[in-house]
Amino acid sequence: MRRQWDTVWRSFRIATWLGWQIESNWTDPFLFAVYSMIKPLASAAILVVMYGVITNARFENPVFPYIYIGNAFYMYVGSVMVGVSWAVIDDREHYRTLKYLYIAPIRIPAYWLGRGIARFLTGSFAVLITMAAGVLFLRVPFHPAEVDWPLFLASLVLGVAMLAMMGLVLASISLMIAHHFFLIGEAVAGALYLLSGAIFPLEVLPPWLRPLGFAMPITYWLELIRRALLGDAARAFPTLAAFSNGQLLGILGGLTVLFGLIALFAFRWCDYQARERGLIDMTTNY
Amino acid sequence: MNTDLAIETHNLGRIYTIRNRRERRVRREIVALQDVNLQIPRGELFGLLGPNGAGKTTLIKILTTLLAPTSGWARVAGYDVVREPQKIRPRINMVSGGESSGYGLLTVRENLWMFAQFYGLPSREANRRIEELLRRIGLEDRIHTKSSDLSTGLRQKMNIVRGFLTDPEILFLDEPTLGLDVNAARDVRRFVREWLDVHPDRTVLLTTHYMVEADELCDRVAIINQGQVLACDSPENLKRRLERDALFEIEITSPNGLTGAILEAIPGVRRALLTETNGGARLDLTLVADSALPDVISVLTERSVRVRHLTKREPTLEDVFVELVGKPMAEAEKREDEDEP
Ligand SMILES: Nc1ncnc2c1ncn2[C@@H]1O[C@H](COP(=O)(O)OP(=O)(O)OP(=O)(O)O)[C@@H](O)[C@H]1O
Ligand SMILES: [Mg+2]
Repeated sequence: MRRQWDTVWRSFRIATWLGWQIESNWTDPFLFAVYSMIKPLASAAILVVMYGVITNARFENPVFPYIYIGNAFYMYVGSVMVGVSWAVIDDREHYRTLKYLYIAPIRIPAYWLGRGIARFLTGSFAVLITMAAGVLFLRVPFHPAEVDWPLFLASLVLGVAMLAMMGLVLASISLMIAHHFFLIGEAVAGALYLLSGAIFPLEVLPPWLRPLGFAMPITYWLELIRRALLGDAARAFPTLAAFSNGQLLGILGGLTVLFGLIALFAFRWCDYQARERGLIDMTTNY
Repeated sequence: MNTDLAIETHNLGRIYTIRNRRERRVRREIVALQDVNLQIPRGELFGLLGPNGAGKTTLIKILTTLLAPTSGWARVAGYDVVREPQKIRPRINMVSGGESSGYGLLTVRENLWMFAQFYGLPSREANRRIEELLRRIGLEDRIHTKSSDLSTGLRQKMNIVRGFLTDPEILFLDEPTLGLDVNAARDVRRFVREWLDVHPDRTVLLTTHYMVEADELCDRVAIINQGQVLACDSPENLKRRLERDALFEIEITSPNGLTGAILEAIPGVRRALLTETNGGARLDLTLVADSALPDVISVLTERSVRVRHLTKREPTLEDVFVELVGKPMAEAEKREDEDEP
């Protein structure tokens, strides 16, 4: 047991180091900072412009902070979920190290989680910058004294854990599929953007798609973040109004555990399949 | 279970199923390995010699727990490759030649240090070994070079050091000298040999399609073709099988319609292989005895083929391969190209 945890911790720790080396591999730190600011701000700007055109610039409407915060925190999906799953493709196709990692005495899921940490940090930076821009220039309401900090922190931690588990599921699937699906992470992130109430309430979806939105933990997570940051204004939308904060946290926690279990079984199954079929060191130029 | 055996396989087989891209129901089966039985004691440098597509990499993948066999079983360090991979992994390592792997943005030292960490090696010990191994393979002046700045050959040397760094009980080297120039290949062979001299209880399984490499380096060699092990013995014993034969290499002018089959019809000629060279041809003869040579020469003279050079030579592993497969290794390799559309 003790040995097992040593292995898990070792895998996670070294992978975190490696992930950080890769993520911060910018010869010019200035360029690095500019890049990690411009990208999130540009995507937020597109959203703001679109919103402005559609609503005739009604930025004082509570819909606006709802959308803005949803979009800002959704960046974690791109960084954590996609970040964790991307490690598989990166190691297999780009660095060609996947087989050497696979035969090393490490726990592969712990390694993948470690690789995601650096992406989580750069993602946090992007979220922070985007929120700051919203508060400073677009009058997104933010009053530190009114923020429910314990709720915010609890939701953030649970949410990131949940995204990491979803990342593990994707990573396991990537173990089995060929390179031309390398955008699987991005594709899933894109689809969930529309399904989890990031930029519009679930009511906007056609009725047959709504259940999918309600099954996604990201939906509850974004609602919790909005409630923690905006207070009552977040309740302007009826989607999840029937649930209390505690219930939402419970649902998010439950779904996170569920995804954790799914991730465990997905990894076992995909690992088994990949070994049976000889896919672990498969590269596209085979 | 015999714990003195580093590697043991029993009727090991692997079949790949390939689905047709367009019609998914159409499947093709490739038999990559068939009934492989090997027993490799600890301390041995064992070679797998075979042409492209023989199944060498497939065997290594199974033994390193990357791939499951479709029949038979295999044990590495006494543990079953399918049921106990976690027991095997800390005890082995692997290096594949002819590919450049590694994190290009890390230096040579960082790359190696990181892999040592995955095996739980303390940092200080890792760094000591890194320096020593890099020195022995002739890469010590590149220790702080980003690995993306290394040439392919030097990167392969780094990769080889990665394999030895964790001091594995059993080390798998899949064509370690593939793509290296002559000097680098010699460095690598000497490196492997020296490491085994220092660590006599360690086992190395090496694959190659270079005859000389198998002959020079290995304690024992298994000759493998089309997924089957055809012979397994020390290079000396393998060659000794042919000792009663007389081997001649004759350089001739243009063959004038002469074929191997014509010569093989002569009594006493076991095998005659004709290879075109620029401006002539080379004739590799296997005779039951020297006394068959005059008959061959007279057939050549009848067809006004002139002999430029004639040597009697010792048998090599190439001859063993020809004896077992019926054609030289270079020709056995063509099979794969013909297979593919
Ligand atoms: N993943 C795979 N899917 C389908 N067929 C495969 C796969 N890997 C190998 N094969 C086939 O199995 C056979 C054995 O291949 P293998 O790579 O083991 O040979 P090898 O002896 O290592 O050859 P080489 O010298 O080319 O490395 C070949 O016919 C090859 O085409
Ligand atoms: Mg091979």
